Amino acid sequence: MNGLAQWEAEFAKGVVGETTTYNRSGIGIKPLYTPQDQTGAPYEEALGYPGQYPFTRGIYATMYRGRSWSQRQLIGLGVPEDYNLRVKEILDLGASALSLIPCNSVFRGYDADDVPSELLGTCGTVINHVEDMRVALDGVPIGELSTAMNDPTPFTLLAFELAVAKRRGVPWTKITGTSNQSDCISHFVANHMFFRLALQGARRVIVDHIAFANKHVPGWNPLSIVGQHMQQAGATPAEAMAFTLCSGIQYAEDCIAAGMDPDQFLPRFTFFFDVSVSFFEEVAKFRAGRRIWARLCRERFGAKDPRSWRFKFHGQTSGVDLTRQQPLNNVARVTTQAMAGIFGGLQSLHTDGYDEVFSTPTAEAARIAVATQNILREEAHLTDVIDPLGGSYYVESLTNDMEAKINGIISMIDEVGGMYQAVEKGIVQRMIGESALAFQKKIDAGEQTIVGVNAYQVEEDPATYPSLEYPDAARMQSYLGRLADFKKSRSNADVEKAIGALAKSANTAKSNVFEHVVAAAEVGATHGEICGTLRKELGFGQPLTVV
Amino acid sequence: MAERPPRVIVTKIGFDGHDRGSRVIAACLRDAGMEVIYTPPWQEIPTVVKLTMEEDADVIGISSLATDHLIVPKLVAALREAGLADVQVIVGGIVPAKDEAMLLACGVAQVFHPGTSLDDVVVSVRALSEKRRAILGAST
Repeated sequence: MNGLAQWEAEFAKGVVGETTTYNRSGIGIKPLYTPQDQTGAPYEEALGYPGQYPFTRGIYATMYRGRSWSQRQLIGLGVPEDYNLRVKEILDLGASALSLIPCNSVFRGYDADDVPSELLGTCGTVINHVEDMRVALDGVPIGELSTAMNDPTPFTLLAFELAVAKRRGVPWTKITGTSNQSDCISHFVANHMFFRLALQGARRVIVDHIAFANKHVPGWNPLSIVGQHMQQAGATPAEAMAFTLCSGIQYAEDCIAAGMDPDQFLPRFTFFFDVSVSFFEEVAKFRAGRRIWARLCRERFGAKDPRSWRFKFHGQTSGVDLTRQQPLNNVARVTTQAMAGIFGGLQSLHTDGYDEVFSTPTAEAARIAVATQNILREEAHLTDVIDPLGGSYYVESLTNDMEAKINGIISMIDEVGGMYQAVEKGIVQRMIGESALAFQKKIDAGEQTIVGVNAYQVEEDPATYPSLEYPDAARMQSYLGRLADFKKSRSNADVEKAIGALAKSANTAKSNVFEHVVAAAEVGATHGEICGTLRKELGFGQPLTVV
Repeated sequence: MAERPPRVIVTKIGFDGHDRGSRVIAACLRDAGMEVIYTPPWQEIPTVVKLTMEEDADVIGISSLATDHLIVPKLVAALREAGLADVQVIVGGIVPAKDEAMLLACGVAQVFHPGTSLDDVVVSVRALSEKRRAILGAST
């Protein structure tokens, strides 16, 4: 006896009992993978080369040898001046792309003078109008580096940026970046925090937004389809990938129904995922997702341009995995998550601050998060080889298993009539809730170790935990004064006219609503005025929550 | 007469919509045999006060992941004003240490941080519910 049989015998002697373990997606994991686990599909069909269909090994021929992923750290706090300072700091540290996280009042669709002032700027920057955006982006070369805005329907932050670009003389064709948080389905299901228009109203606005961007801001990604919310809310990695692809199918089909050409809009679709600490599972999730999306685009939507088949995604290391106990351990977790994302072939990456479990990251934690990416790339040399885990018996087998699991969920959602139907019936919410509770019970039962929480605990003094100071209340009061001044200084007649046109557009099927959002932003309409108008015309959104 | 089970409102006030925590806690308290009144996020403070009165809740659990705990003192004050000072308010989520002290000082019964086990939550909520019943019993 030798070879595999001998190994099996020796293993059975050394390890007694159940040898199959299960990953978060419920896939059974064996102790060893061998050539016998390889599927019959030929290499070119199953994997192909980087930049070639079905893109399992990466969406570009050059991948990180050609260009690093973008280091896109989320930032946003206080007033526009605070944001501008932080942006300049982080650009100096090596960040190559911007993000803008607005205050929760903005996410919810209100101006600062319409909400409890205690909450202003505590979780993002207060940006209410074009002048705020001018200050926030002062000195930032918006025609040269990409700007990602956390900017759900109706995309006022992009409208403000376009207005600023026009004033600065930067052509819109030079503006690049992404409308993050544009996926209204994911907000309906999970997270909800940016949800302000009724689902079907948001559905219409997003198609208009895609059409507008394709035409006028061709370097802009108007859609970021989000798996992150659902995975953070408790979906398993396979569920999160499956639901996200189902949302992608809906948006693509809506654009096709609106008469748009898949080869025009698909190259500007992007995705945004959570990267958990379940290392191999995440790598396989991304490799499988890439392959499924390529096939959907080519076979289901009939796209012919290879650029339409590319599954471009941003990854964010999972905050849910981080612990309050022994907080510096989170640096190790973030590093592991970041490695999974990099080996998964992401296009841009946000690494969490280790102190995210206490507050918005402190400056030191934000610096370490950026440094982590630099270390992985330039000290650990993770980028020397493209898809370095490709060909691993385990990783290829797991990629196939994740693909089968994901495709099973996609078929189930197709059967109920697509993602809009599935979320309006609460099917997706229920599945995610069950997964969240099951995972928490595993932790409580000690079946899933969380270092410092249910194992390896030490005595800690909470007084040593880091936390960020909230913005100075006086600064926020001064901001509110300036907001009032701004409202007095603009031409209210122009604003009224633009808001009237926006309302009319919302009620005219053939009209592009986003075009009127931009026009209103240009004459000084505020975020709250624009959102308020559309809430009135298209309905106020409430999530469907299921316990 | 048999004691009715603890009655708990699980809700979120303010702007944040991250509701994994509130849904998991609601499901866990329900599975532990409590009567749980769950609401979606973004409840207004007067709505929560009204619900507390209508439901005769023993405990209100506020989930806060993104600084919404900063307006919990307003909720506590509104409950007092409505004659509901006996109702026990707890907060769970991301709460910096200095804010925890502020919340406890203003009358919040307990603050739960990430990493708390579901069993611990059940034990605490049950004890707080009994505390509230005792306060009510003493005053009548």
